[in-house]
Amino acid sequence: MSYLKEFTKGLVKENPTLVTLLGMCPTLAITTMASNAIGMGAAATFVLICSNVAISLLKKFIPKQVRLPSYIVVIAGFVTLISLILQAFVPAVYDALGIYLPLITVNCIILGRAEMFASKNNVAASALDGAGMGIGFTLALLAVGSIREILGSGTWFGLPLIPEAAQEAIKPMTIFVLPAGGFFVLGCVIALVNKIANRKPPEATGCAACPNRESCISVEKAESTVENTKKEENK
Amino acid sequence: MNKLFVESSPHIRSAWTTQKIMLNVIIALCPALVMSTYIFGIKALLLTVICCTSCVLFEFAFNKITKREDTISDLSAVVTGMLLAFNLPVDLPVYMAIIGCFVAIVIVKCLFGGIGQNFANPAITARIVLMMSFAGAMTKWTAPFAWKEGVDATVSATPLAAETLPSMTDMFLGFRAGCLGETCIAALLLGGLYLMFIGLIRPATPLCFIGTVAVLSFFYGGCDVNFMLYQLMSGGLILGAFFMATDYATTPLTTKGKIIFGVGCGLITFAIRQYASMPEGVSFSILVMNCLTPLIDRFTAPKALGTVKPKKEGKQ
Repeated sequence: MSYLKEFTKGLVKENPTLVTLLGMCPTLAITTMASNAIGMGAAATFVLICSNVAISLLKKFIPKQVRLPSYIVVIAGFVTLISLILQAFVPAVYDALGIYLPLITVNCIILGRAEMFASKNNVAASALDGAGMGIGFTLALLAVGSIREILGSGTWFGLPLIPEAAQEAIKPMTIFVLPAGGFFVLGCVIALVNKIANRKPPEATGCAACPNRESCISVEKAESTVENTKKEENK
Repeated sequence: MNKLFVESSPHIRSAWTTQKIMLNVIIALCPALVMSTYIFGIKALLLTVICCTSCVLFEFAFNKITKREDTISDLSAVVTGMLLAFNLPVDLPVYMAIIGCFVAIVIVKCLFGGIGQNFANPAITARIVLMMSFAGAMTKWTAPFAWKEGVDATVSATPLAAETLPSMTDMFLGFRAGCLGETCIAALLLGGLYLMFIGLIRPATPLCFIGTVAVLSFFYGGCDVNFMLYQLMSGGLILGAFFMATDYATTPLTTKGKIIFGVGCGLITFAIRQYASMPEGVSFSILVMNCLTPLIDRFTAPKALGTVKPKKEGKQ
């Protein structure tokens, strides 16, 4: 696989939010405004790249039995770093993201990439994978956040879209800012991406249908057990 | 493609077609429509017509675009439009009503597979979406007979939140502020009883729904009959209990299930009215119970004739 492919696969084909449906919690919680989406996406991308690089470097030293706690410690370190940076230099973003900033630690996209990619690939590929996934996450957040902000508040990045003269007559639909609207918009965007990517409903279910199966540990295990049982049957 | 088509239940052959059922529901809603036109002026009739037309158009367009069989002739879209209009304040801007029709027909009904396949009542869901979206416009009640005085928008509170209450006869005849079709209790009862009389709806759900709210309000208000009657006649309780909690597709099939459904609606309505920040809870209660309907149906399924209840299977 070329390095370029490691980067671009996160944008659409394996988009962490819209295709593999990871990181739903921050996606639904902070996409009430497009600017939040950028802040969250940038912070998560930073953590994703750094943790991918660090974990890729450390992959030989981390014992398999304690890999998950080790990954979390590495990720938590970078999250602490980015939240201190944000608090110091862009307090507005820090306040807007609130509890969801420290919660990046347990964002399944970051842990998922550490487990599925960084722990098996070299540093450069891991960095590009992190960047691609992070930007894919940011783009998805931006799409959902823009739709929700435009329909729900009548603004985009805080700029009012409804002319002042018409503000009495045209009211934005508040429901798009509420959780129900978040789920609805997310569903519509996923459907749209599936349509654009021309994805058919998977004929196979379970692991065989997963876009991450190539790089997944559990599939290897499952396949090897299948092979083992076949061998035993042959005996 | 799937060659076996299973239509929505009941699978009994009878002279009742969907079209005939819907026509009778429309007839049953007419007295309330006439009264609301009398109370709130010609605007009420206009809003109802707009809602019905846009519902039918949305259904027609959706079926055309998705190349499905055209279903507008079964009149269910007209009923949805009427019920939705009955749940709106009369001075609601028209575009908001049309958004409501879109939600009801396209999102709640057609996307789930059309008539008989929707899990929630379209009109109720549309009302809740509008309520969540345009809280200001959806709670701007027009006072009764404002059209006679030539005042455009006299605003007054719904009796559930008002300080001075209208008299009991005014409440019964519907001379009070409120949603377009929910005010005239007499007309709604007339329509509801008509539907019961011709056998289209079973009395279990409405009776349990209204009964639960009545009993709870009676004790909550300190055994005050007046308080109880106001609680019963204000808000959308009668409209919801007779016309929306009896929807075939979204409510339980068995009588036992219908009773559970009605009591559940009553409990939730009472809880929202007395303990939540909103004055009215009928629509939320019906939506919540709609979501529970598959569960209720599963637990109240009658056992087939001649079979024994299967024993719980142990772990294998």
